[in-house]
Amino acid sequence: MIKDNSEYLISRGSNTYEVVIGLEVHAQVTSKSKLFSSSSTTFGAEPNTQVSLVDAAFPGMLPVINEFCVKQAIKTGIGLKAQINKRSVFDRKNYFYADLPQGYQISQFKYPIVGEGTVILDMPNGQKEVGIERLHLEQDAGKSIHDMDPQNTLVDLNRSGVALMEIVSKPDLRTPDEVSTYIKKLRSIMRYLGTCDGNMQEGSLRADVNVSVRIKGSEKLGTRCEIKNVNSIKFMQMAINYEANRQVDLIEEGKTINQETRLFDIKKNETRSMRSKEDAHDYRYFPDPDLLPLEVTDDFIKKLKADIPELPDDKKKRFIDKFKLSPYEATILVSDIDTSKYFEEIIANSDIKLATNWITGELFAVLNDKNLEISDSPISAKNLSKLINLIKDGTISGKIAKTIFELMMDGDKDPQKIVEEKGLKQESDPKAIEALIDKVITDNPEKVKEYKSGKEKLFGFFVGQAMKVSSGKANPQLINDILKKKL
Amino acid sequence: MSEVTTLSLTDLVQNIKEKKLSSHEVTKGFIDRSEKSKILNTYITEDFSSALEKAKSFDNKPNFDLKLPGIPIAVKDLFCTNGVKTTAGSKILNNFIPTYESTVTKNIWNEGGILLGKLNCDEFAMGSSNETSFFGNVQNPIDKNLVPGGSSGGSAAAIAGNLTPITIGTDTGGSIRQPASFTGTVGLKPTYGSCSRYGIVAFASSLDQAGPISKNVKDCALLQEIISTYDAKDSTSIEFKRKSYSKELTNNIKGKKIGIPKEYRVDGMPKEIEELWTKGIEYVKNCGAQIVDISLPHTNYALPAYYIVAPAEASSNLARYDGVKYGFRSKGENLIDMYEKTRSEGFGSEVQRRIMIGTYVLSSGYYDAYYLKAQKVRKLIKNDFDDAYKKVDAILTPSTPSSAFKIGEKTNDPVSMYLNDIFTVPVNLAGLPAISIPAGLDAKGYPLGLQIIGKAFDEQNILNIAYAMEEKIAFKNKITDWWIK
Repeated sequence: MIKDNSEYLISRGSNTYEVVIGLEVHAQVTSKSKLFSSSSTTFGAEPNTQVSLVDAAFPGMLPVINEFCVKQAIKTGIGLKAQINKRSVFDRKNYFYADLPQGYQISQFKYPIVGEGTVILDMPNGQKEVGIERLHLEQDAGKSIHDMDPQNTLVDLNRSGVALMEIVSKPDLRTPDEVSTYIKKLRSIMRYLGTCDGNMQEGSLRADVNVSVRIKGSEKLGTRCEIKNVNSIKFMQMAINYEANRQVDLIEEGKTINQETRLFDIKKNETRSMRSKEDAHDYRYFPDPDLLPLEVTDDFIKKLKADIPELPDDKKKRFIDKFKLSPYEATILVSDIDTSKYFEEIIANSDIKLATNWITGELFAVLNDKNLEISDSPISAKNLSKLINLIKDGTISGKIAKTIFELMMDGDKDPQKIVEEKGLKQESDPKAIEALIDKVITDNPEKVKEYKSGKEKLFGFFVGQAMKVSSGKANPQLINDILKKKL
Repeated sequence: MSEVTTLSLTDLVQNIKEKKLSSHEVTKGFIDRSEKSKILNTYITEDFSSALEKAKSFDNKPNFDLKLPGIPIAVKDLFCTNGVKTTAGSKILNNFIPTYESTVTKNIWNEGGILLGKLNCDEFAMGSSNETSFFGNVQNPIDKNLVPGGSSGGSAAAIAGNLTPITIGTDTGGSIRQPASFTGTVGLKPTYGSCSRYGIVAFASSLDQAGPISKNVKDCALLQEIISTYDAKDSTSIEFKRKSYSKELTNNIKGKKIGIPKEYRVDGMPKEIEELWTKGIEYVKNCGAQIVDISLPHTNYALPAYYIVAPAEASSNLARYDGVKYGFRSKGENLIDMYEKTRSEGFGSEVQRRIMIGTYVLSSGYYDAYYLKAQKVRKLIKNDFDDAYKKVDAILTPSTPSSAFKIGEKTNDPVSMYLNDIFTVPVNLAGLPAISIPAGLDAKGYPLGLQIIGKAFDEQNILNIAYAMEEKIAFKNKITDWWIK
């Protein structure tokens, strides 16, 4: 039974449980070539076409670190306000699997490139800080394909050796909503930095979720279970919900929770045991003797710092301070780099308030409806900016603007052209409007009488009639003003 | 010229440059002798017809500016050679033909060298007698049924038996110096980072280093200056000023301080080794160098530390031989079954032993007690050498605690086999250069070697000392050609 959505507590009898969640996010580094080889990383290529001798672990082949990936990891660390470790060490994580050609994964175990940091979450009830434990660089494995051949498992090594950043959070998350916000914030920061494209469908962003429960108020962490490789935020939330309740049930039944790795079954909406702690792999980590410790200088880090663009938290602050946006509006507009770019492109030439309303209102509605990213928006920032300017200078009314907006979606049409073609220019000539109003008054003597006898609500009726006569083109402000005088 | 095969590399180069010999004559000479020497089992793969063609095409368009103009060279089968089978002495790579060339061999071909074939070695370079090779043991040309040492046993035997004018081996714990010592040849283990490891089948990455095995010190210097290059493809390759070792070679070592470490006087060391060492000290003195008694206090711990570090790295390095991508594969019921069968059938018992030791010492719960402690010992051993080099320019020791032993004598006693490396292993742990030169014969007439250990990147100095000593020692290998009827 969930008591409170913002708190996410689970009650059983007289006990109230709190859920403690930590995340290990695997983010694919945006880089043309792999972490230790020059093979391409393009997604969706023919199987085994982006594999070098190093990636396939041929005898005598040696890894050579890709400096660009190191820079990307450090930039991400800076984005997470984290400690950058000037010395880090690559270790070998040893295990056998058909899609792991070396028989080990090169990763960073004891000495990661990035240490502790923080991510700030904007939750409905205020901000929350989530601690970052570490970020380290590692190689991805290849892909085993079990369903293409009835007898054999096929292996595609295109992904083998691609650079990943494993970002480990502290167990600071408490609700599925926080998990969702955290993932989105991480994704946002990395997209701002250009260090990970955050594409969950293509597997550029994957996460393992650590869940434990404890009696609310208790300081001691409960035994945790790790749910492996959940590939969408929705499934993550479902998995947490199932897992937390399962653990509470076990405790209530007086049973113990085994520390183990579990899998989330999407179809059954449940987690189930994959392997217990006793069966856990002994990875036999040791420093990779083919690679020297990775050392970076203060100057190297300083240069990267100088390259860091304005990040969402700073941008949000600027939007609030400079553009007087509400924290809510600012949060939405900075949440994704493409949205913020879209917004900033518009406000370079257009009214800020109108831009905010049109993007968060009409545009988002359309994008949601069509399930599109803003980068695929049917209306370009350039044309939306023009539309806003047409409203601002009184050429069209807000109401007509909505009609034009609908028309613009068909091939990103120029609103100016639509206005001209359809003759939708707003009537702002007082004389013409006066004539309109005169007609409305003449046509509705009864209503005029009623209005004058005190039924002031009828004012809206006259405005509506005037609009109707003008086919919606009359300037509403002028109608208001003149109507008041006439009546 | 009937006996081209007895000439040194330096002489062959000169003869070819002076057009007294053609590359074809030289190549043919070594091939003919190799054909007659099959009983030694030095070759795993012969590349003779291709070598003859290359020799012809060199003679048609000779380039005498090269350092190895049309010189045929057989190499240890641990170096990947493009288009030529590379086995590492193992069944698991029995069918493996690389599509790429190791940097070290590429350097040799770039200077005009011609590949004769691939030489036998202990499986994945794990062994001290060449008896762990899947392709059978190698006979030491010195005497019948004598091991040539290992792991570069095929290379050392090929030099001693005049089957190649020069060769390269690899040295992880003594695999160049010990067989050189057992065969009366010269073997240099360069500073770690001097020769690229790119394209060399890995045994223990932090210790492996390629180096020459030759008839004399000058040849050794010449090949070393060719194979030692900085290589961006090997992250542990080191950029430093590499000298023209053969050009700068001098026998003037007057005033050099040579350290004699007391810890190398091990218990049970044969008297002849003791005497050889004493003789060596006299030679050095006669050359005008100064003898300094030194201490390398942690020497005792080198062998145990080595037999933790090397197997640990090997257990991980050899994980790639899993039957999935290349090499030998055994049929299995499922993936795990296939792994188990492939690896138990594909690897020999010594390799399996070391994989198991390595896996054990890296296991959680044992890592600190073994691997980490061994790394600390390694640091102490390096510090010992650093301290010693504050007082001396080089260190003189015996190369091995005994002369070559009989085939089969130690195969059932791995520890006694491992003890062969007692003088060579500390050098690998410290990443230093060391050379073994033949210095005398024991009562049986088997060669014995002395080892000169240098400072890091100071190959020139130990080559010079070896050169000076070589002159004084005037060693003559007793090769009776017993295997040629």
